[in-house]
Amino acid sequence: MPVPMTMAEKILARASGRARAGAGEYVTARADKVMAHEAFVLCALKLLQLGIERVFDPERVIVILDHYFPAPTERMAQGHKLARELVEKFGIRHFLGHAGICHQVLTERGLVLPGELVFGTDSHSTTYGAVGAAGNGIGITEMTWVLATGELWLRVPPTIRFELEGALPAGLMSKDVVLHLAGRFGTEVAQYRAIEFGGPVANALSLASRMTMANMGIELGAKFAFFAADTATCAYLASRARVEVKPFGPDADASYEAVHRADVSALEPQIACPHSPGNVKPVSAVAGTPVHQAFLGSCTNARLEDLAVAAEILRGRQVHPRTRLIVTPASHAVMLEATRRGYVETLLEAGAHVTASGCGACPGGHNGVVGAGETCLSTTNRNFRGRMGSADALVYLGSPASVAAAAVAGEIVDPRTLWTGAVPVLDADARSAA
Amino acid sequence: MSASVRGRVWIFGDDVDTDAMAPWNTISSPWEERRAAILRARPEFVTRVQPGDLIVAGRNFGCGSSREHAPENLKLLGLGGVLAESFGRIYFRNCVAIAFPNLACPGIHAACADGDDVEFDVRTGLARNHTRGVELAAPPWTPDMVEILAQGGLLEVLRRRIEAARAGASR
Repeated sequence: MPVPMTMAEKILARASGRARAGAGEYVTARADKVMAHEAFVLCALKLLQLGIERVFDPERVIVILDHYFPAPTERMAQGHKLARELVEKFGIRHFLGHAGICHQVLTERGLVLPGELVFGTDSHSTTYGAVGAAGNGIGITEMTWVLATGELWLRVPPTIRFELEGALPAGLMSKDVVLHLAGRFGTEVAQYRAIEFGGPVANALSLASRMTMANMGIELGAKFAFFAADTATCAYLASRARVEVKPFGPDADASYEAVHRADVSALEPQIACPHSPGNVKPVSAVAGTPVHQAFLGSCTNARLEDLAVAAEILRGRQVHPRTRLIVTPASHAVMLEATRRGYVETLLEAGAHVTASGCGACPGGHNGVVGAGETCLSTTNRNFRGRMGSADALVYLGSPASVAAAAVAGEIVDPRTLWTGAVPVLDADARSAA
Repeated sequence: MSASVRGRVWIFGDDVDTDAMAPWNTISSPWEERRAAILRARPEFVTRVQPGDLIVAGRNFGCGSSREHAPENLKLLGLGGVLAESFGRIYFRNCVAIAFPNLACPGIHAACADGDDVEFDVRTGLARNHTRGVELAAPPWTPDMVEILAQGGLLEVLRRRIEAARAGASR
C-alpha cells in the first residue's frame, strides 16, 4: 500500500524523484518553474561573475518587472534597462515585461499549474498554492543557485490543515477569513510548515479569493499554502495554458500535524491593526478610526472581483474629503477588464485615483507612500512599522470592501453599512490582455 | 566562516521584520544610507554596534519579505550572528545561503541581557551566556548547512563546483 501523502509531500516526492517524501526529510528538488522580478538583475550579475552565461532551462524561467514599475527614480529606470538586457543575454523564454504583479500575471496566463514546484524571488510566492502548486519565496543567493542548477534543497514540511466551515456571510471576503486565522492562530502557526485550506468555505471560493488566502499564507509563517486544484481551477488554467490540466489534491488519508477548524458563519469583517498582520480585531472594535489613505492594491487583493466590489460600494458615492483612495490593479489585464466593465469609470467618478499595475505602495516604494502621523487602511498583506513609508504612520489591513467603505466614510467603518452582497465570481472573465 | 561565534549582546524583541532590517526605499542605496536605516527601533544600535557583536531576539526574527538585504545588512554591520527564539524561515534560509550564523534557541531571550558575553555554535547547537553562567542546547544546523557555512556561502559552493567541473573536463 502506498503511504498517503499531503500536497507538499506529493510535490516534493515527485520533484526529487522519490516514491515518497515524508515530513521532516531533506530532499533536493527540481524546480518546475522559476519566477524572478527585478531581483533577476542581481541574480544574473552573480551568475556572470561566476562565469555562468546560461540558466538551467530558459523555458522554465519567468521574469517580470513589477516592484518598481513605472520606474519612480532614475536608478530604477537603469535597473529595468539592465534587466531587459540580461533577459535577452540569458535567452529567458517568458519575459512578461510590466504586465502587472508577478503572482497575478503568472496565474492569469496559466504559467503555473497544479502539482508544480515554483521558486520565486518574492515571499508571496505562496500565492501559487491557490492553483495547487508549491510556491516558495527565496532570496537572491538561493535564486542564483536555482537559476544555475535548477534545484534546491528543502525540508519536507509537516502540513497543518484549516477546515473552513459554515458559509461566508454577506459583506465578507476571503481576506476577512485569512485575517481571522492570523489573529486567532498567530503569525507563526505555520512556521516551517505547509498549509492546506479545505472545507466547504474553501471549496466555494473563487480562484481570485483563494489567491488572497494563499498569498497571506506567508503571514502565517507558511512555506507553502495550498488549495486543492478542482475542476474549475483546471478549466481556468487549461484555457490559458492550452494544455490539459488535471485536478490535484492531497491523498485521502494524508497525515497532518494539526487540523484547525474555523466556522466563519458568524464572522465580522476583520481588520489587522498596527503593526502586525496578526494583531486582528473585528471591525466594530476599530470603527471610527480616521483614514487618510485608503489603498486597494497588491498581490493580495486587487483582482477583478475586488474592483467589482469596490465599484459597487462607490457607485453614486464620493470619496470622503479627508481620504485619498488609491487603486492599483493587480495586473494590466485586470485594469483592462475593469475598464471594459465600467468599474474604473465608477471608481474615478467617486474620486479614486487609479494607477498603473505594480507593487506600488505596498512595500513603500511609490504611488502612495504614507507620511508620519497618517493612517492608512490597505488591502495589502503586511502592516509592519514603516512598511508603507514612515515609521510613524499607522497601517491597518482589511478587505477591499472595508477599504472602499472607509474611503466613503473617511474612517474605518463596517462595510456592511454600504454593501451586503456576495463576492461575484469573475475568474473566467479576467482574461489576459496579451 | 566559523560555526562558533562569541560576542557582546544586543537584545531585540519579538517579530523583528525584514522591513525593519532593510527598509524598501534603502535597499538599492549606497551602504551608508542602508546602514543608517537598520533596526531604527533602537536608534543607538547602528551607531554603537561593534564588529563581532551578537543579537539575541525573541520569536519570529526576520518575518516578512524574502529580501536578502535583511541578513546581508546585519552581516555587513559586522555582527557575528543572531540567536533568537525562532526565525522567519525565508530569512533563516537566506542566512545559511550567505554564511551568516543564526541559531534558533528556545529560552535564549529570557537568559540574556544587553551587553552580556554570549557564545554559540551552529554545529553543536550549544549557546552559552558567559556573563550569567547559563548554557542552553538547541537543535544544531544539519551537516549540509554547516558545510555551506564552512565554504563561505552557497555561491562559494557553486563556484567550487564549477571549477571542479572545468578541471575535470580539461583533464
